Amino acid sequence: MSFDVHRIRQDFPILSQPQHGKPLVFLDSGASAQKPRAVIEAMTRCMETAYANVHRGAYRLSEVATDAFEAARGAVARFINAPDAREVVFTRNSTEAINLVAHSWGRGVMRPDQAVLISELEHHANIVPWQMLRDERGNPLRVCRVTDAGELDMEDLAAKLADGKVGLVALAHMSNVLGTVTPVERVVALAHAHGAKVLLDGSQAVVHRRVDVAAIGCDFYCFTGHKLYGPTGIGVLWGKLEHLDRMPPFLGGGDMIESVSFEKSTWAKPPARFEAGTPAIIEAVGLHAAIDYVTAIGMPAIEAHERALVDHAMRKLSDVPGLTLLGRAQDRGGVFAFALDNSHPHDLSTLLDRAGICIRAGRHCAEPLHTRFGLEQGTARASFGLYTTPEEVDYLAGALVKAREFFA
Amino acid sequence: MSGGDFFGDLRDLYQEVILDHGRKPRNFRRLEDADRTSRGDNPMCGDRMELFLKMTPDGHIADAAFQGRGCAVSMASASLMTETVKGKTPDEAQALGTAFRDLAMTGQCPTCAASLEDAMERLTPLSGVHEFPSRVKCATLAWHTLNAALAGAKEASSE
Repeated sequence: MSFDVHRIRQDFPILSQPQHGKPLVFLDSGASAQKPRAVIEAMTRCMETAYANVHRGAYRLSEVATDAFEAARGAVARFINAPDAREVVFTRNSTEAINLVAHSWGRGVMRPDQAVLISELEHHANIVPWQMLRDERGNPLRVCRVTDAGELDMEDLAAKLADGKVGLVALAHMSNVLGTVTPVERVVALAHAHGAKVLLDGSQAVVHRRVDVAAIGCDFYCFTGHKLYGPTGIGVLWGKLEHLDRMPPFLGGGDMIESVSFEKSTWAKPPARFEAGTPAIIEAVGLHAAIDYVTAIGMPAIEAHERALVDHAMRKLSDVPGLTLLGRAQDRGGVFAFALDNSHPHDLSTLLDRAGICIRAGRHCAEPLHTRFGLEQGTARASFGLYTTPEEVDYLAGALVKAREFFA
Repeated sequence: MSGGDFFGDLRDLYQEVILDHGRKPRNFRRLEDADRTSRGDNPMCGDRMELFLKMTPDGHIADAAFQGRGCAVSMASASLMTETVKGKTPDEAQALGTAFRDLAMTGQCPTCAASLEDAMERLTPLSGVHEFPSRVKCATLAWHTLNAALAGAKEASSE
């Protein structure tokens, strides 16, 4: 099937909803993506025809719902080429997945003298849980530098791994600000050579390219459903079974136990051990539909479309007078943070909104990265989805020129 | 100046006075001999300001100045505020702040006393911000910071 962006756009009902009387140009998919009809309908169908609680009822409807929920787990496993569906833990989002690892691996398996190594380009979700671990248990927190081009400083990474005291490298697979795709295979090889495990935050990456956790060789990988054209409230932690087996639970409650008495409870095996309480059943069905949707289009086709779009945007945005692009990584996806010389990001965002353009303004949950680049006031960010067109990029570039004149 | 039609009704928010004060904020300096100082932070967007007040012996605001970073709305609001509170007593300045917050949130000022009329007229160009709920805090940050300074607090947040 050839990639026809205009046909794809028809799958997304919201894209035909005008904003302020103008066509919607949605360039904030990096924050949360829009939903195709297939996802909306799958969730509605689940509620209308196949809904009950899972893993409990000895009646057909509950079995149907359980099958649908577990089928979603299987779809996730195939999507990221996980060898075993039991390695797929459903969470609320990536933030919860990282907190799960910080809790159950960080507090449950790692020794307090083992360091956690993150980088300057991390989202707050991959900074704060490790600071909490450090403050509670003493695990040192190391931060790998980012080069002026916005790439991971691999020499610094090697230097910070060299003493063998790092227990876990926790790293974004793709920056939500710079668009940089990090060289995860090399990171994993380096980390493993120095005895460290690797957790990758794939929230952005999984949307933009085919992710194969077996080929990458990492120990944990997480992503969230709502950036992948799926619903909010569902995310994924993938972890090697041998690791998950060693980890104590994250939350306690129903569904995660083997047996409970007032003296002692024993834990269920993974993934149930990490899924206390009634899970996001309808959302899992929605995520399954989203995965089927992007898989049918084909991740390679989506990646090729985006590559062309990124090249186009680099040229177009570079032509806007007074615009400074944050980061110029060789390997990058469709996320562009920028500063316009005479316009504050919030003024710019308000202005573009009136032209129908949705961008994000601020520090995008990456305050240390903005400090690193001397942009404490924040940046404006345009981020693409598979429905983004070159015409929308042109419209954005034109609007930026007009915005600059507006504030002149 | 162009782009008026392209950006719809944004002239209601970005009136010429706002753009002018946003570009060239008045009283944008440190007061080395300030009697009161306070910092204002808007953690969600990174806006930040430091406010300096110099008081007269009988308790009026002799001088007001600020430094910081922020969007055109927050810079213009701080600039206009420093102009309007000079010569006021702390009570008058606080009453003006209350009236201004009403103006920023509703576009109107039911609590405006006749005695504040002149000052409020100067602040009226900011009334357009009430149409932009996510931007109201940009306009009110300076006034939160003023309240903190008058109350002797070192920090204020618009969150």
